[in-house]
Amino acid sequence: MIGVLGHRGPDETGLYLDDRVGLGHARLSIIDLSSGVQPIHNEDKTLWIVYNGEVFNYVELRQALERKGHRFRTTSDTEVVLHLYEEEGPGCLTQLNGQFAMAIWDAKKKELFLARDRFGIRPLYYTIADNTMIFGSEIKSIFTNKNITREIDPVAMDQVFTFWTTLTPRTVFKDVYELPPGHYSKISDGKVTFKKYWDIPLFGRREQHALGPQEVCQRVRELLEDAVRIRLRADVPVGCYLSGGLDSSGTTALVVKNFDSDVRTFGIRFDGDEFDEGEHQRRMVSHLNVNHTDLRATSEKIGASLPDCLWHCEKPLLRTAPVPLYLLSEIVRKSGYKVVLTGEGADEVFGGYNIFREAKVRRFWARYPDSRSRPELIGQLYPYIFNNPRLKRTLRSFFAKGLDRTDDPIFSHFIRWENTSRTKAFFSQELSKAIGQYDGYEQVRQSLPADYEQADDFSKAQYLEMTIFLSNYLLSSQGDRMAMANSVEIRLPFLDPRIVDFMARVPSKWKILGLHEKHILKRSFEGILPHEVTSRPKNPYRAPIRRSLVNNKAAGYVREVLSEEALKTAGLFDAGKVTRLLRKAQAVESLGEIDSMALMGVLSSQLVHRQFIRDFSPGPANSISPDLVVDRRSEALKATN
Amino acid sequence: MDTVSKVREYVVENFLFGDGESLREDVSFMEEGIIDSTGILELLFFLEETFGISVEDHELVPENMDSLRSIAGFIDRKLNGSSAAEA
Repeated sequence: MIGVLGHRGPDETGLYLDDRVGLGHARLSIIDLSSGVQPIHNEDKTLWIVYNGEVFNYVELRQALERKGHRFRTTSDTEVVLHLYEEEGPGCLTQLNGQFAMAIWDAKKKELFLARDRFGIRPLYYTIADNTMIFGSEIKSIFTNKNITREIDPVAMDQVFTFWTTLTPRTVFKDVYELPPGHYSKISDGKVTFKKYWDIPLFGRREQHALGPQEVCQRVRELLEDAVRIRLRADVPVGCYLSGGLDSSGTTALVVKNFDSDVRTFGIRFDGDEFDEGEHQRRMVSHLNVNHTDLRATSEKIGASLPDCLWHCEKPLLRTAPVPLYLLSEIVRKSGYKVVLTGEGADEVFGGYNIFREAKVRRFWARYPDSRSRPELIGQLYPYIFNNPRLKRTLRSFFAKGLDRTDDPIFSHFIRWENTSRTKAFFSQELSKAIGQYDGYEQVRQSLPADYEQADDFSKAQYLEMTIFLSNYLLSSQGDRMAMANSVEIRLPFLDPRIVDFMARVPSKWKILGLHEKHILKRSFEGILPHEVTSRPKNPYRAPIRRSLVNNKAAGYVREVLSEEALKTAGLFDAGKVTRLLRKAQAVESLGEIDSMALMGVLSSQLVHRQFIRDFSPGPANSISPDLVVDRRSEALKATN
Repeated sequence: MDTVSKVREYVVENFLFGDGESLREDVSFMEEGIIDSTGILELLFFLEETFGISVEDHELVPENMDSLRSIAGFIDRKLNGSSAAEA
């Protein structure tokens, strides 16, 4: 199982075995390079841990534990987590400021404890077969067990083609689940229990701060500086992603000004102005005087790397945007770096996405649906599509959809999800029949917590975005998976729980002031970043789809997996429609939004089917020689005799 | 082939990818999600090329473009020289 995860942990491997459990670990050494090999045990060897991730406040936690008499063999954060668990049980999780997935085996109680960080930055999957729980950081490790049946889950397909991702805990593979973010699980005596220990905070007005905007910005600056400081803790050099946008510019500037003026930075460049942020990237490189490396993500490179990228994503994608991040982490690793800080999470926490502003305008418009001036505000949000006067009326009709449904808890996201759902027209009859009457919107509505209803409109939209899109798309398909594919760890200061909690208590009116996104964050970065960076409108990170998939580098596999035979074998899509779609993509110069998503969705699903269902192969890396083996099987057997 | 049939054939091939059974003449392209903003421009290009007409910006409104029937009526009016519906 751990052989196939070599990319996540190329430095050391270890095993723990007894008569009940087997724990395996592949290590990417970042803290305590010499003695941090896992599994790690406590003083009396009753607790054993395998752990993927980092707890950034481990220094402070260790000091407190030492005062309570705990003795440590290593200087790793892993051992701190184990001792804290020994001291406080699952209650330890709320004290951890970090990104992690862990398994702790209590050999005395015969109890397995699995846990995952608040946001799901680190992955943890499981399946239960023959009364045995099999878990791993990636699904491919579970599939190395030949007794596991590999099938695409039809409902998961419906979810991906609506929400861009599956709804937790479902994965695209039948009977394989993720441990949801902010949850832990206990397995003992044949029973499995799950518990949520944290959720995206939703505070009512009474629980919100009475601080003024200036004090809020001051506090945000302090928190961010500390979030960056503890995320630089490592026994290897730490680099930064620098896109030229507000978020990564801000984190990089905090590093340069406070901690490491020589920090190495990495960024993506695209061919063509539509996607490229080169001008802004160059401005920041020059402003901070950093040693910067950029990757030119050509359409050909994106097309050529898509199959490898999907091997790591383990789910269909409707966008090509993850691929350049896969290519970027390759450059990072080749440059000798294992760790980078990134700006992910800022849009969710501080209100950067257009969908938040769009919902605000549509609510404003819904009060007077016949107004001619109110819908004009939508044009300010999407100048790049509203700049064609010929489309003004059509787009107005588009955004007017659902104006009578402002009471619907999913009002903010309804248009986006409905729009994406149109890609389901390519599903085969067989797949549609298997999905049946399943209603993903209703599942989302039913999953909302009690305090959701009391929250303000912006906080509701933020909650949906963070529970659905952030964890399972941004932090995985576009985050951990693309970095770990090349053995690189991403660290995300904006998702420091102290910042998330603090910002959840800030009144929404200050986060998006009028229609100005990320108002608080921009003000917090004033004086640290050039005015051009804090004042320019957000340009969403995107990558080309049609020209990445319709070119010579991709032609071979596109022809193969979209052939009538391959489509019929997988049984997921209508072969006739897909053939027409591909023909259209090859004929036109630009493909519409829905057609682009459909093309990418169909192609990536077919590739996922080929790699994980039809031709699954863990590859030659499957055989390893562990650096540490703790084999207690004989001891356990003696005890029972 | 009449106007409706020509437009239907184009819409079925390019926006419904062959699945045109349920496309009645009064089905709304926008409401049913058949054509998006990029699609409207593609459709417009097809109409101008096929019927030799020139569509003014102010004529590009849902009342003229949102169904097979409204498009056929619009084209007939354009070809007959009468003014198109304006909203």
